[in-house]
Amino acid sequence: MDVTAEAKQIMVQALGKMYSSRSQRGGLRLHRSLLLTLVMKSARDIYHSARLMSEKSGQSVTEECTSHTQEPMDTSSSTATPLRETSGQSSEDGQRSGLEGHPHPLNPAADKENCGPSRPDRHSRKRRSKTATDSDFIPCKKAKLECAEVRGVLQNSSANCGRALDSLSLVPMPRTIVTF
Amino acid sequence: MDGHGDGQSRWCLSQVKGAVDDDVAEADIISAVEFNHSGELLATGDRGGRIVIFQQEQENKSLPQCRAEYNVYSTFQSHEPEFDYLKSLEIEEKINKIRWLPQKNAAHFLLSTNDKTIKLWKISERDKRPEGYNLKEEDGRYRHPSSLTTLRVPVFQPMDLMVEASPRRVYANAHTYHINSISVNSDNETYLSADDLRVNLWHLDYTDRSFNIVDIKPANMEELTEVITASEFHPLQCNTFVYGSSKGSVRLCDMRASALCDQHSKLFEEPEDPSTRSFFSEIISSISDVKFSHSGRYMMTRDYLTLKIWDLHMESHPVETYQVHGYLRSKLCSLYENDCIFDKFECCWRGDDSEVMTGSYNNFFRMFEREGQRDVTLEASWENGSPGCPLKSWRVSTGSRRKRNEIGVDCLDFSRKILYTSWHPQENIVALATVNNLYLFQEKLN
Repeated sequence: MDVTAEAKQIMVQALGKMYSSRSQRGGLRLHRSLLLTLVMKSARDIYHSARLMSEKSGQSVTEECTSHTQEPMDTSSSTATPLRETSGQSSEDGQRSGLEGHPHPLNPAADKENCGPSRPDRHSRKRRSKTATDSDFIPCKKAKLECAEVRGVLQNSSANCGRALDSLSLVPMPRTIVTF
Repeated sequence: MDGHGDGQSRWCLSQVKGAVDDDVAEADIISAVEFNHSGELLATGDRGGRIVIFQQEQENKSLPQCRAEYNVYSTFQSHEPEFDYLKSLEIEEKINKIRWLPQKNAAHFLLSTNDKTIKLWKISERDKRPEGYNLKEEDGRYRHPSSLTTLRVPVFQPMDLMVEASPRRVYANAHTYHINSISVNSDNETYLSADDLRVNLWHLDYTDRSFNIVDIKPANMEELTEVITASEFHPLQCNTFVYGSSKGSVRLCDMRASALCDQHSKLFEEPEDPSTRSFFSEIISSISDVKFSHSGRYMMTRDYLTLKIWDLHMESHPVETYQVHGYLRSKLCSLYENDCIFDKFECCWRGDDSEVMTGSYNNFFRMFEREGQRDVTLEASWENGSPGCPLKSWRVSTGSRRKRNEIGVDCLDFSRKILYTSWHPQENIVALATVNNLYLFQEKLN
């Protein structure tokens, strides 16, 4: 199976498992939640880095794969979008080598666009510190980000992004995965 | 690698306990199995919060080939479901662990725990009762003192054996997270209980206080990367205990070093093999059980695919590693999908530490001989073996060719799993739990 597709499937399943564990008898299991969070994070990182790799190789075949100077915000990336789909298959090897513990090719500023819906609390210091002082196990009464809101967040934060919103970005990620 | 060329093992089925129908009630699923220190008693706990204790009958001298059978000795409800109103959470009554105390008098004591509360149970026998009271009739009615003309001394008369289980202590409200382990200290006065983030030390006599000795909760829960998964006291050194983590490492702590043992004395960790890295590396490296050898020299850890034996003097890597079901490495994605990858298998040592055992799927269990480096896969099934008949060993193949007693990895039944096992401390009898049955196997006597 394509690595990106596998990563996506793993992420979606992890979310499903975490949501269903909320209704489990005995409450949320910290160990299980932690493992699911770790799997989801690594799958998400691999997914995004693999997508970036395929996008880069689609953009320019002469460019170095490990270049750290690419600009995903560039509007020229929108013209590369149709190329990305086909080049994704052929450059799988390049993707795989990029997965194995490679540092994230994106610069931190661009990274915010990619992890937008999953960590909105990073932008809000107030919410984060509140979570830290919350006692354990208090049921999370915070509103979940719905699909429409996520789309809105993405569109507002990345005006120049030419990438089509794929289904993964629309999956609402719980803000505080392990905290409860 | 099979242990024996002819496919026959030394082990044979002795007994099966529990209903044998396919319909399994959730409450009947066994969740703990433990022999006591003499091996005379075997306790099982289930998801319904009940404990059933079996007792080994006196040996039948006329049948020396047959070791004594285990029969029900006592059944009682240990834990009930509770509700935490503050957190709007139900607390399951499922028994997570049972640990026996060494026997000091005629009564037997055990500790049992669910997710939040530990209880000390006294199991005692009553086979006599006093008769001949002066102020009471035999049926219990009181006699008027003025009707007494003589005095007599009540005497004990034999009665039918009654086994009573009474809760002597309830250790509650000390754990915010779910308790995964309890372990009695060799001093026979204290014990530890561990949840996901903390280890507490208790004195058996005091229920209103416990001392926190390990706390790995980060200041900000979002920075949490590791939880405690198992913990045990050293069998001989009362100051030493270990705890395993979800990252695959085990920390040994010395309580003499400081009151709070957040700083470990030893860290047992094997560097990860980068060639086997996958999406699921974190999940499969999580320690599901840690057990000291009886000698106290070694320690065994179980993670999803392997059993590792560590020498306490060497932290860098285990001295022995056994593949329990390496053929599952290529199936991790499906096992993640069906949740089996989160299963927590226990492991146990033989009484003389020469062999170790753990469970697997398809009701298989694995035994590893340490000296001879031999291992065997056996099946817990009442259909495929009759009591006394030696079990045939199995092989799991990845290929398509099938020989007898060989099964393809795709044919394994992942709903039938053996998570809980216990080895008799002196004899070669093992007890293991399938979903709702308790199996007892014993070694053939030649």
